[in-house]
Amino acid sequence: MIPLSHFMILSAVLFTIGVLGVVLRRNAIMIFMSVELMLNAVNLAFVALARSLHTLDGQVFVFFVMTVAAAEVAIGLALIVVLFRTKGTIDVDEVNLLKG
Amino acid sequence: MITIPPVHLAVVAPLLVVGVTALVVMLCDLVLPANERTWLAYLSLFGLIGAMLIGTQLWGRQTSTFSGMFLLDNFGLALTFIFLTVAVITVLLSVAYTSDRGLVRGEFYALILFAVMGMMIMATAGDLIVVFLGIELLSLPLYVLSGFARPARDSIEAALKYFLLGAFASGFLLYGIVLIFGATGSTNLLQIASVLTKGAHNSVMLYAGIALLLVGLGFKVSVVPFHQWTPDVYEGAPTAVTAFMVAGTKAAGFAVLLRILLVAVLPVRDVWLPAIAILAVVTMTVGNVTAIAQQNIKRMLAYSSIAHAGYILVAVAAGGAAGTSSAIFYLLIYAFMNLGAFAVVIAASRGGEERLAIRDYAGLARQRPVLAAIMAIFMLSLAGFPPTAGFVGKLTIFQAAVQNGLTWLAVIAVLNSVVSVFYYARVIVFMYMREPEGEPWPAVAGDGRRMLALALGICVAGVLLLGILPTPAYQAAQTALLNIL
Repeated sequence: MIPLSHFMILSAVLFTIGVLGVVLRRNAIMIFMSVELMLNAVNLAFVALARSLHTLDGQVFVFFVMTVAAAEVAIGLALIVVLFRTKGTIDVDEVNLLKG
Repeated sequence: MITIPPVHLAVVAPLLVVGVTALVVMLCDLVLPANERTWLAYLSLFGLIGAMLIGTQLWGRQTSTFSGMFLLDNFGLALTFIFLTVAVITVLLSVAYTSDRGLVRGEFYALILFAVMGMMIMATAGDLIVVFLGIELLSLPLYVLSGFARPARDSIEAALKYFLLGAFASGFLLYGIVLIFGATGSTNLLQIASVLTKGAHNSVMLYAGIALLLVGLGFKVSVVPFHQWTPDVYEGAPTAVTAFMVAGTKAAGFAVLLRILLVAVLPVRDVWLPAIAILAVVTMTVGNVTAIAQQNIKRMLAYSSIAHAGYILVAVAAGGAAGTSSAIFYLLIYAFMNLGAFAVVIAASRGGEERLAIRDYAGLARQRPVLAAIMAIFMLSLAGFPPTAGFVGKLTIFQAAVQNGLTWLAVIAVLNSVVSVFYYARVIVFMYMREPEGEPWPAVAGDGRRMLALALGICVAGVLLLGILPTPAYQAAQTALLNIL
């Protein structure tokens, strides 16, 4: 059996890749995909912990997280489409009207 | 054999009323002709006030349902009342605002109601996963509402920024939840507390989890250094939505913060207390100092809301009965002050055009004396002058801090509120001591005018009543303590 620490390390690595993606990428869709990667790192940790703690809770929570992520995709993509229609770009560096 | 745990729907009755109203509003939107949309606002008000009345029947009861997923206690109910009040005032503001700008779409009210439902879930949640669901149910409608003024570019920009950073913050929050789950073997707030009391937890995972949770919640309540989105989003979003976000989201975020810090992870208070105290100092100082330089009133109020988050963090750091009740009391006062100030910004606008630069308020006292006087009351209250509610609210927080041995924090908070007088007074100086520029701006006309006046009336009454006669509300806040085990 693969020990829990392996899963947790993989999950931490995935989460870090996601965070770096959000910080470094400038394309709204790529940023958004990086956020999804962060959520999936969480899902992996939930499932692994559920197995090692012998409780089903963690596995059930994954479904909640997936549902919320799906709702987020619907809204996020809609916003990105609206942005593209008005500005003709989805580069977040071009989104700079509000400053102070 | 699966046993289904008993479900007491009465515990979540206010929540259900708001949710059902939201669905009914959505359905009615389909059948109502476009010029009858004001009825949707009335329907929303009906549902919100109904939920409030049902809530009063539950006051004093203490129970939980859905296997401890939802808690019923005075703490949750008190905050529920604050959220519902915020929503009622927001709906009153929105009628004038949306019809002036051609934003009359039925889903506006439905989205507000769903967001309120999310706030109520956050305040009554007994489990970290329910907390997460509540935060998302609050955030997702708000992302849409921030972009509601499309195709206005600043509105879309605000929505996108809020969405990307909000989703990013949710990721941190969830990772914090999963680490706490790993460290304690549970996501139930009360069970986490009992595991921590026994000391049977994995410390490294737990502390990392609490830190990530604080980052995620810090984004939601705009605590420095996680505040960068706040001024941009508050400026770009439609003003009625900004008012709702400023008052409601912050209250909901602090409800969760209080419940998690003062119930679930209270046994390790020594670990998180320094972090909260430092965050409070940084948040107050950065918020107040940056607000001084602002020329746009919405941005100024955004930075002021950051500073106020710092004051409430002082109450969280103080903890205990005094800290909790002063935080609840301050959140109520804060809601009235900010909703009022934004209501004045809406009332001072003309058609689709708003007076957003502070210099636009020059001479308002001569053109619209009543409106200027009302704005002056809110500014004085935000700065914390007696006899307004802002003074009493700050006083209770500082007292709580001193009582719990955080005198240094109270001193810094007092110094900060002295700094804040500068930028609040600037608005008053402009209104009363400068000559008006250009021709007078007409008052808001039409259907929404009376509702806007009512909203302003409620906020002024709230600020003055809580300032002059704070005892009844404060005593109610004192009974609204968290039940700990």
